[in-house]
Amino acid sequence: MRFDYRSRVAAALLTGVLYAACGGSDGGDADAGNGESGGEAAAEVAAIDPSTVGTISGTINFSGDAPAMEAIDMSAEPDCAAGFGDEGPMMQSVVVNGGGLANVFVYLSAGVMDAPAPYGAATLDQTNCRYAPHVMGVQAGQTIEITNSDNLLHNINATPTENRGFNISQPRAGITSRQSFAVAEVMVPLRCDVHGWMEAFVGVVDHPYFGVSGDGGMFTISNVPAGTYTMTAWHEQYGTMGMEVTVTAGETTMADFDHMGLQMAGHLVGEPLVIHHGSDEVVFNRAQQ
Amino acid sequence: MKSDRLGGSTGLSGPVFLASALFAGMVVQLAAPAQGLAQDAEAGKVVYDLWCAECHGVNGAGDGPAAASMLPRPRDFTQARYQIRRTGSGQLPTDDDIRAAIRDGLPGTTMPGWPNLSARATEDVIAYLKSFSRFFGMGDPPQPMELGTDPGGGPAAIESGAAAYLALECEACHGPSGRGDGVSAPTLEDWRGFPIRAADLSEVWLFNGGSSVDDIHTRVLTGLDGTPMPAASDAMNAGVVTPEEVWALAHYVASLGPSQAPPLNEVVRVGRAEAGLPGDGDADSWGQAEAFYFPLGGQVIEPPRNFAPTVDGVWVQGLHDGNDVALRIQWNDPSRSPDPSWDEWQLKVSETLDMDGAFDLDASLAAVDAEITEDEPRGDAEGEVPRYPDRFYVQFPFEIPTSSQRPYFLMGDARNPVYLWTWDSEQGVGAARGRGLASAEELPEDAVAGQATWSEGRWTLYVRRALVPDPEADGITFAEGATIPVAFQAWDGSSGETERRSSISTWYYILLEPPASNRVVVAPMIAMLLTGAFGLVLVRRAQGGD
Repeated sequence: MRFDYRSRVAAALLTGVLYAACGGSDGGDADAGNGESGGEAAAEVAAIDPSTVGTISGTINFSGDAPAMEAIDMSAEPDCAAGFGDEGPMMQSVVVNGGGLANVFVYLSAGVMDAPAPYGAATLDQTNCRYAPHVMGVQAGQTIEITNSDNLLHNINATPTENRGFNISQPRAGITSRQSFAVAEVMVPLRCDVHGWMEAFVGVVDHPYFGVSGDGGMFTISNVPAGTYTMTAWHEQYGTMGMEVTVTAGETTMADFDHMGLQMAGHLVGEPLVIHHGSDEVVFNRAQQ
Repeated sequence: MKSDRLGGSTGLSGPVFLASALFAGMVVQLAAPAQGLAQDAEAGKVVYDLWCAECHGVNGAGDGPAAASMLPRPRDFTQARYQIRRTGSGQLPTDDDIRAAIRDGLPGTTMPGWPNLSARATEDVIAYLKSFSRFFGMGDPPQPMELGTDPGGGPAAIESGAAAYLALECEACHGPSGRGDGVSAPTLEDWRGFPIRAADLSEVWLFNGGSSVDDIHTRVLTGLDGTPMPAASDAMNAGVVTPEEVWALAHYVASLGPSQAPPLNEVVRVGRAEAGLPGDGDADSWGQAEAFYFPLGGQVIEPPRNFAPTVDGVWVQGLHDGNDVALRIQWNDPSRSPDPSWDEWQLKVSETLDMDGAFDLDASLAAVDAEITEDEPRGDAEGEVPRYPDRFYVQFPFEIPTSSQRPYFLMGDARNPVYLWTWDSEQGVGAARGRGLASAEELPEDAVAGQATWSEGRWTLYVRRALVPDPEADGITFAEGATIPVAFQAWDGSSGETERRSSISTWYYILLEPPASNRVVVAPMIAMLLTGAFGLVLVRRAQGGD
């Protein structure tokens, strides 16, 4: 079990590169702070006209041999360890199934002109000494309900750089804390200092057009207004990839990210690599090593 | 805002920070509303550059030239993540919070208090500190949490507080007795990934945010931002503990140790145990012997230097029976080294700390560097992380001095060797001759004996020897009534401390009390005079580069 703080710094670097590259969405002059006002969700949700929106769907295709998943030594918390089968608990950093990479945050990084106010709360659970989900997205200002389902101490230590962080303890099952991040930031790391293996990432964006790849690498972003966007995929170890995507009203646009993971195979050193994939241009920004 | 964002995201990248901090500074200068307090950030810069930048960096990023040798690292003002606040978790500090931190410093860290900084300069430097982060220019001014008032202490409160300590699972990091030896302690990091210790709650006088019950109560509810210490406010609101129980917890923690640094005595007075010497370190009869506290500091004279030592003090008791002398020595160390669960910690400490720089970069010291021969690491067959034992030395001069002359306090030198009682968590107690740091040469004939036990973050070492050494042995004689110089040295193997990397004390004295006579009164006074003289010698040596 090894936790290298430099990889976290690398992830932070990437975040910065990403912002610079994508122009980010404006937030620097907004009121940055984490609030606990849970009931601030917009009372009225703007009705979505289905004739103006489409769907983006795709798969994060992993390139190369998937590394073996890293086992977690949970012997210090037998109650948590008991929640896993014979294989025992595994780190959720690199989960490849059927060639698809899970836990990739995919979002529209440029081209979004207008976005509805955040609606409802996002939820993050701590169960069997792991975060569920490991990667999630929220809209800036959206309430995040963080719940402890384990009857033992967790602390949730958020260390954003664009937003105010927080570090709260939940020593018992059933406690829910409500937090939010005021401005866009991809990604905000969360960790539990009691259990060094517990880490989660929250992608904060200014709009609801994001998704996270599930088991098998599939992701879907729904109700996207028709138009042309830059879409970015982020993974905690493999960095980011971007592509142009055009959404047509009433249709599902298929957009796969291929070769995720190639960055680590030693092919790409230094400059970002651009691959022409059909009519799409795929840009690799290599993770710092 | 691009450059600002970049700076905020890069964490450790100096040049980017430089640009971003400057930029952020300009934004705040323009945007900050005029506050009632007369603060002048421009004037504050002058103060800051003079007194603060060496550690906190010219751009406030906590990366000044001296930072590399410090654990915990100096505050990074660009993120406005302040440990000591009366505001909620993640909130900005109030000016009062910053003012108190400047005035009182952060005990237990390298941040000193600045009580003599003028009110004018303090206000100005507060304004300048805030200009490093754009967060201060946004939103409403921070407000302190509603913290309530202390319902009072006493035995019942302390008992209730002990239960709250368990309910909030404080022991996960701080350990069952609060000595920073919790199960999670070896994996703790600050927000930038630097290793950080769980506070030793028995060293109340070294609490970063102050030692009063009120201070402790505030830290529990607001957390220490940027560190793993969370705020218990949500747990309290969820009913895990009541507000009264949080106050009780503060009383309990305050009861774990003295709120002021223990008074420094120059002399370990070794009383005569008429009923016989205790047979080990756990014997109840130690209760009759007064305990003397001696602070230890990192060895920073010769590289590799130890700017962030684990062991910062030692409690010493002594008894004799006219034939033998026995010492009980206790010090806190959260790890019982060698211990593989601290491997990761040791790696991070080694990667984080600059042990060769900052203090003195004379070429002559580079020569000393070249001479260093590290011990072969023991106990690690894999060979990946060297695992070192814990160690402790009690040091005496080989020749009992008749004047103020004593051997060099760093284990003597070639002309004036020291006599050592050595203990090693793997090899036990022995005796040695020292002729300079890391030069212990075993004295196998010596009859010194003893053992040590580790419990909940504390070592208890018991050492015993006859007052008169065996004729075969090359030791010293402990004569009743004689004032003998003594010094202490400790190593925490799990923090990579070995050889020169250690904690040390200066010379003190040990006095075997004779049957009552006026010498008991006179000797300590002489000792104090001798210490003063030694101090002068030390200063002159240091100035002479010896």
